[in-house]
Amino acid sequence: MCIAFPGKIISIEDDRVAVIDISGTRREVYLDLIDEDVTVGDYVISHAGYALHKVDEETARENLSYLKTIIESEA
Amino acid sequence: MKYIDEYRDPALVGKLRDAIDKRARSIGRPLTMMEICGSHTQAIGRFGIRELLPEGIRLISGPGCPVCVTPVQDVDRAVFLAGLDDVVFATFGDMLRVPGTGGKSLQKARAAGADVRVVSSAMDAVTAAEKNGGKTVVMMGIGFETTAPTVASAVKRAAKKGLSNFCVFSVHKAVPPAIKTLLEDPALNIDGFICPGHVSTIIGADAYSMIPRSGRAAVITGFEPVDILEGILMILTQVAEGKKEVAIQYARGVSPSGNPLARALMEEVFVREASLWRGLGEIPESGLRLRDEYSAFDALKRFAVPVLRSAEAKGCECGGILKGTLSPFECPLFAVACTPHNPVGPCMVSSEGTCAAYYKYR
Repeated sequence: MCIAFPGKIISIEDDRVAVIDISGTRREVYLDLIDEDVTVGDYVISHAGYALHKVDEETARENLSYLKTIIESEA
Repeated sequence: MKYIDEYRDPALVGKLRDAIDKRARSIGRPLTMMEICGSHTQAIGRFGIRELLPEGIRLISGPGCPVCVTPVQDVDRAVFLAGLDDVVFATFGDMLRVPGTGGKSLQKARAAGADVRVVSSAMDAVTAAEKNGGKTVVMMGIGFETTAPTVASAVKRAAKKGLSNFCVFSVHKAVPPAIKTLLEDPALNIDGFICPGHVSTIIGADAYSMIPRSGRAAVITGFEPVDILEGILMILTQVAEGKKEVAIQYARGVSPSGNPLARALMEEVFVREASLWRGLGEIPESGLRLRDEYSAFDALKRFAVPVLRSAEAKGCECGGILKGTLSPFECPLFAVACTPHNPVGPCMVSSEGTCAAYYKYR
């Protein structure tokens, strides 16, 4: 039930509502629970009609490349 | 899709598997890990993770499916509320087919004429209340810390709109108290926990500090194959090095301090109380009830729900399965009398219920 997906913010409407694109599907999500500034183009992880977390692109990239380094060094 | 495809990279999955194999061999003894979250149970089945792992690593499922841990009494209360005159009962889809006493369910109540509607957000229920002025919309508030803040926000939005025909039947539960209960069991044979991803998005890493204190590894893990395998590798590393801590594999979805704003909203609307869990019994401070300030939105204050005579289905082993002491294959009803089409217990209903996931991917 705690399923949530990263979606890209397409637009931000009045009343703290954003339209996001999740793999081609558009959905409205409320921004009431997001504690960071978000803007069009950001990725947010959303659940039950609410954005819960802004994905930090750099953190994501660094973690994946760190993982690849570890894997290579173990091989 | 960005942030999904790169975590399904077959080459990376293969290398991770080799690294896990090597690390597990260096530890040289069998290891057991528990995934707490139902979405992990489902992903592990779907991506065939169990089959990828070396023989000595056993994955067991914990009490992480909200509809599964909801006791039969609350299922019965939901069915009662749904059957009241002039009530629109709104629920997340998972709850619809969960059997209550004598096989009653929200789906059967709907077939008998109750106005039961599936929503994907509590705000859909608020909208339904605005459109159905003559009726009262009861939203079933179910789910862990991922979902509870969304329902809290919907209550606040309904209050701001001055809606008097919207209320919540809250059976929300908090995850850490259930983990504490598992850890208190001296028979618990678990080396590490695959901690939930999106619950942790809200509660952060500190909420699991009791796990390393009990001498076990804890890794907050994402839901793609690369995530889950990396989470398992990180648990192995903690075991190998003898250094237990709460680590975050799912860094793109979880910050160490979680989401304080969502937590504050949840705490503003809900207060903690003891709550009954299927399989685990009553756990202190694990339930979320609407605070007195929001009692106008509390379905249990608005409607007199009588004490119902509730009883679990005979022979159902969901309780032991939710504690991780039994595997679905050890339940005599599994895949015989109990199937996703005709479920006896809740673990066979929800797609992320342990039995449903084991059935589908067996």
